[in-house]
Amino acid sequence: MSVATKSIEEVQNDIIDDFDLLDGDRESTIFYIMELGQELPAIDETHMVDENLIKGCQSKVWLTTDFVDGHVIFNADSNTDITKGLISLLIRVLNGRTPLEIMNADLFFFEKIGMNGVIGSQRSNGFASMIKQMKFYALAYSAKN
Amino acid sequence: MIDIEQLRSEFPILATEVNGHPLTYFDNGATNQKPQSVIDALSGYYKGYNSNVHRGAHALADKATQAFEHTRELLKEFVNAPKTEQIIFTKGTTEGINLVANTYGRANLQAGDEVIVSTMEHHSNIVPWQIVAQEKGATVRNIPISDEGEIIFEEFEKMLSDKVKIVSIVHASNALGTVNPVERIIEKAHEIGAVVLIDGAQSAAHLPIDVQALNCDFFVTSAHKMFGPTGMGFLYGKEDILNDMPPFMGGGEMIKEVSFDGTTFNTLPYKFEAGTPNIADTVAYAKAIEFINRYGKENIAAREKELLDYATKKLIEEVPTAKIIGTSSNKVSVLSFIIENIHNYDIGMMLDARGIAVRTGHHCTQPLMARYGLEGTVRASFSVYNTFEEIDNFIEALKRIVKMFG
Repeated sequence: MSVATKSIEEVQNDIIDDFDLLDGDRESTIFYIMELGQELPAIDETHMVDENLIKGCQSKVWLTTDFVDGHVIFNADSNTDITKGLISLLIRVLNGRTPLEIMNADLFFFEKIGMNGVIGSQRSNGFASMIKQMKFYALAYSAKN
Repeated sequence: MIDIEQLRSEFPILATEVNGHPLTYFDNGATNQKPQSVIDALSGYYKGYNSNVHRGAHALADKATQAFEHTRELLKEFVNAPKTEQIIFTKGTTEGINLVANTYGRANLQAGDEVIVSTMEHHSNIVPWQIVAQEKGATVRNIPISDEGEIIFEEFEKMLSDKVKIVSIVHASNALGTVNPVERIIEKAHEIGAVVLIDGAQSAAHLPIDVQALNCDFFVTSAHKMFGPTGMGFLYGKEDILNDMPPFMGGGEMIKEVSFDGTTFNTLPYKFEAGTPNIADTVAYAKAIEFINRYGKENIAAREKELLDYATKKLIEEVPTAKIIGTSSNKVSVLSFIIENIHNYDIGMMLDARGIAVRTGHHCTQPLMARYGLEGTVRASFSVYNTFEEIDNFIEALKRIVKMFG
């Protein structure tokens, strides 16, 4: 279990720096996101069930969580590499945080890296659904605690 | 022979850029681009003679009515309908099918009856029938298709019985490109007394349409897939059947006389054209038909076949991990495929980054995708204005995607 060492804001700034290197080139940006998707470990097939699907995503995204020592651990998979790449960015930012940190997180990196324009409105809505679901899990753990 | 540069210059959008690249538009199955004459006709109506049709006793209304009815005349000739009154303006193919399902279908279907469609139908040629069938206790059955994407004709013949009242079939599949043997289907269906509707959304701009030679009872299509405006189309029907059908919607032009004791309905085609029609788009539709007539449908079809054959050959030879879905020997210009290990959405988005517009997903044919065990495909659908260079770039882009992620 890895507890995050950098703040949510710092990790987001790292992501923004990474995307800056792509110089706004749309094709390189998509390739990079797909690479991130391919690097994210697959989840166990037994977890790829409807109850773990995020509602509102055009592609399939399965999200599962563990709660270890007061921190939320996210695991996700998708049937498309781009979507998987997008959720891998969220995992990079929110993994190993406390429920309170997740619930209060101001996620600004998506807009800063201009992702809305790259992936289009439908996938952007899907991305918002991913954030909502991750915060929902945090809320549930916070209530349990 | 078509002068392609000349033809392309009629389409202003083809000179635009998308994501820093010249637009390559391969999503013609969804809608195709519009020539300047169609765009001008739309604004010309509003600028020059905006007025309601049929009722005004003034010059503008007269001009609008003439332009509006001129389109009907052109369409009559375009599909070789016996009479102009048999051309009924609709919002498009979907409304045309819904009109027939809700009037003819509701009036003629009874419990135990059957409506036959095929496995490759668009949702809009399944759902309207399901709605009416459910209400009436009838059943919607589908003709199975082969791995190549062709209707299994023997299976269709086995399904025919006196229970079958309606056969509603797509002329050319939007997801596979397959051109169905509609002449044979119509003949067989008529032998058992069923009426036949042909969904011409993907055929009207690509194949010769002669409703009298086909002997179909209904033919529906959309203007926007024939270089015309969106939200516009027409229904052709046999005169006696249309006359016997109850009206679809009430109000406006479809009325002859109204009193609280009862209402009488107008004659064809107005009986089915309730409310103020889509005048501007109807007027502009004429320019789309003129465009097709000017270049000649046979020339357009020949060009599209060359593009399809070229793209198919290149895809097979240069992208070996691609698998074409829909390999009928008789196709309109639709190249539908999947690529091993890369999701169709991702391919679509990467092509878009290079300004190449394709359709991805299930193409509103979920039962067909289920038949192939697929979530969807990538679909490149070509129109006359596309070029071989565009196909070369498209294949190069696919090779690059496969190299990176295949």
